[in-house]
Amino acid sequence: MKLKQLESYLGNLEQFSNPKIELEQYPTGSHIASRMLYTAENSFGDISGKVVADFGCGCGTLSIASALLGAEYVVGIDVDTESLEIAGENAEDLEVDINFVQCDINNLSLRGQIVDTVVMNPPFGTRKKGADMNFLAVAMKVASQAVYSLHKTTTRDHIKKTVLRDLNAKSAEVICELRYDVPQLYKFHKKKEVDIAVDLWRFVPQRDQER
Amino acid sequence: MRLLTHNMLSCNIKGVTNGFPLGLEIVKHEVKEVEFNSDFIRNMFVKIEWKALVDAAKSMGYEELPEEVDSSMLESDEFLKRFHHALLELHLEEGALVCPETGRKFPVVKGIPNMLLNEDEV
Repeated sequence: MKLKQLESYLGNLEQFSNPKIELEQYPTGSHIASRMLYTAENSFGDISGKVVADFGCGCGTLSIASALLGAEYVVGIDVDTESLEIAGENAEDLEVDINFVQCDINNLSLRGQIVDTVVMNPPFGTRKKGADMNFLAVAMKVASQAVYSLHKTTTRDHIKKTVLRDLNAKSAEVICELRYDVPQLYKFHKKKEVDIAVDLWRFVPQRDQER
Repeated sequence: MRLLTHNMLSCNIKGVTNGFPLGLEIVKHEVKEVEFNSDFIRNMFVKIEWKALVDAAKSMGYEELPEEVDSSMLESDEFLKRFHHALLELHLEEGALVCPETGRKFPVVKGIPNMLLNEDEV
């Protein structure tokens, strides 16, 4: 599938009707999501034929992108009932098969090395400090092959240091810097729309035998 | 919920040490056809907890999986197709997952397991 085609499919997905600020629910824009998954597949071969888990899947954008790019089994995990409902409808509209699980990522317990790749657009931790790093810590335990994640560019040094030192990463690399459009979703947003710089990261966990 | 998902999930209550495999309580189950991909199924073989899969499939009335397996069986197309069916085509639509240690039930509604914990379980 071509990048443009993927972006246009994702652009038609239904997004949060009632975003919840405590969960830092922001839609993953089709521009960012398509580039994220397209790179994971075409530069690294981490999607097609794989088991992919989407942490904090929200309305399912990254899950659906994974399925469209040929992931063999996609698990979409979110804490929020409404999001999972919308995600389910989105998946149905595009006729892709996603396996949804309702769970708080912080308490997620997945056995073994079944998941190859984790993709996520985690909360940036602006409302609840450390939320981004908590997601990352769980993702690094679950993925056997790679973790793709978005984080604010301002946190780059901190993330690199923490992931290599504490989270058993073999490598941590920023694949590209993107602009994340934050639409005026919440009342406390004063400006109509802002965009912030975010990094698309690829982390490679150490395999068990290397630990 | 497919049985591959069941094979990954374990009880996430704080303090539980033996939270796998979760028992299945079945109110309604379904079979949905999935395209057979023998490479993927072969790949999954080493990652799956076999007994958990056999027992889960049995509780849905599917008894065609052998209790004992070894990798030589991966040569057999017949075996791979049964494995594929159990892993990917059987769905728990309505029911519950049950923690083997505490008996806590996690509801499965419209095919989605709800693993949310109460405050005193975190």
